[in-house]
Amino acid sequence: MASYSTNEFRGGLKIMLDGDPCAIVENEFVKPGKGQAFNRVKIRNLKTGRVIERTFKSGESVEAADVLELEMQYLYNDGEQWHFMRPDDFEQYAASAAVVGDAAKWLKEQDTCLMTLWDDAPLSVEPPAHVTLRVTQTDPGVRGDTSSGGAKPATMETGAVVRVPLFIEEGELLKVDTRTGEYISRAKE
Amino acid sequence: MQEWRPSAALSTLRERVRLLVRLRDFFDQRDVLEVSTPVLSAAAATDPALDSLAVEMGGGGQRWLHTSPEFPMKRLLAAGSGDIWQLCTVFRDGERGRWHNPEFSLLEWYRLGLDEYQMAAEVVTLIEMLAEGYRELAPAQYLTYREAFVCHAGLDPLAASDDEVAEAAMRVVATGGPGRWQRSDWLDLLGGAVVYPALGRGHLAVLTDYPADQAALARIKPGNPPLAARFEVFLDGVELANGFHELTDAQEQRRRFEADLACRRQAGKAIVAQDECLLSALEYGLPDCAGVALGLDRLLALLLGCDSLAGVMAFDFTRA
Repeated sequence: MASYSTNEFRGGLKIMLDGDPCAIVENEFVKPGKGQAFNRVKIRNLKTGRVIERTFKSGESVEAADVLELEMQYLYNDGEQWHFMRPDDFEQYAASAAVVGDAAKWLKEQDTCLMTLWDDAPLSVEPPAHVTLRVTQTDPGVRGDTSSGGAKPATMETGAVVRVPLFIEEGELLKVDTRTGEYISRAKE
Repeated sequence: MQEWRPSAALSTLRERVRLLVRLRDFFDQRDVLEVSTPVLSAAAATDPALDSLAVEMGGGGQRWLHTSPEFPMKRLLAAGSGDIWQLCTVFRDGERGRWHNPEFSLLEWYRLGLDEYQMAAEVVTLIEMLAEGYRELAPAQYLTYREAFVCHAGLDPLAASDDEVAEAAMRVVATGGPGRWQRSDWLDLLGGAVVYPALGRGHLAVLTDYPADQAALARIKPGNPPLAARFEVFLDGVELANGFHELTDAQEQRRRFEADLACRRQAGKAIVAQDECLLSALEYGLPDCAGVALGLDRLLALLLGCDSLAGVMAFDFTRA
């Protein structure tokens, strides 16, 4: 079984902790002038997303987590599961709502997203940083209305609601940043 | 491409020099003599927590880069130098991180006739003088090792059993420790994980009266329990200085060297030559004195608002 020593610790390393796959967020080497060295580590649990702080004695080994990040094409949703495909070998993976989480509202069929696999099972899904989506519903903008700061809500084809400029109309294609949920620009057909 | 630029801003390097001028004034005003001792030593620190870098000499034979100038400075004291200070680069293998660099600037000084409390007070005076105009510090806080652990770890480090100490430490570590871990190792871990990070938030914190098994090179004060005449100074949870009312007993020093080496052997660490010259100097007679070593890069970083040692070093280890 693969393992890492604490002196290999760095941001991004995937390790097993309490039976769950985790990623190291931040690693700090700490040593009293006259005493034992250890590593104070911030760790993200890849199943729950929670970040915790733990201490490891320097020189100790920790089991590596068999975690893989792969680009996958989103295929369709059958009402219960989201289905994805590896573009290199066409192998398909089904992910539950719990795994897809917030990414669901940005997933458009054929888009490529980043899937994290643990022991070959989907663990989490990250949508592309920028997606192009069609507006399915938005109220007509009222010229001169400054109370809303020159923006209004628009519902996209995937269900996400985005604040858009007043001139945007239903049926338009927009480029949206999925990390902030913000409108970027109009997109071409 | 390798980063060739300095890790510190040039403006920080200029401030660094201004602070070094103040430092020299501090010792001049107190009539403390500046000294310089060898970097390449025939003996090395036996402390199991320190790893010396070995150097192969061209003509054959081995030397070690000093981890601190403590032993030769004590030989000067035994020879009658009186109060002395030194600022030098020291080397410690395997120490790399935000607050660690394998080579760093150590400020070390010795004062005759002072005990550890008076020495700690002088360290506070020095740091507060250096901080003037750079950083506001609330009044220094003095507390014992025991008070700090009771307050921040909920554990009495002097009264608790070995099992209780290990149990408390296990709660904050991610994995079980090897069986050969001793009480002082568990306390170090607990200290480093929860106690020390809480010390000196916005002010200096002076920790005194260490357990006797963490005496290092301090004398032990009789009592129940006996305590080590050792202190440390913290700022923003970072250890800045470690000082002792110095051990002057040659026989006791020899026993500690031997215990250190036995501990190194057990842990599979490199066996180094113990400093026979120091032992001879102690036999001749070390005057009653206190000494302290202060990590100058750390102090400057905290005074100049840098969040790592790299910010006050022209080139940190990754760019060396």
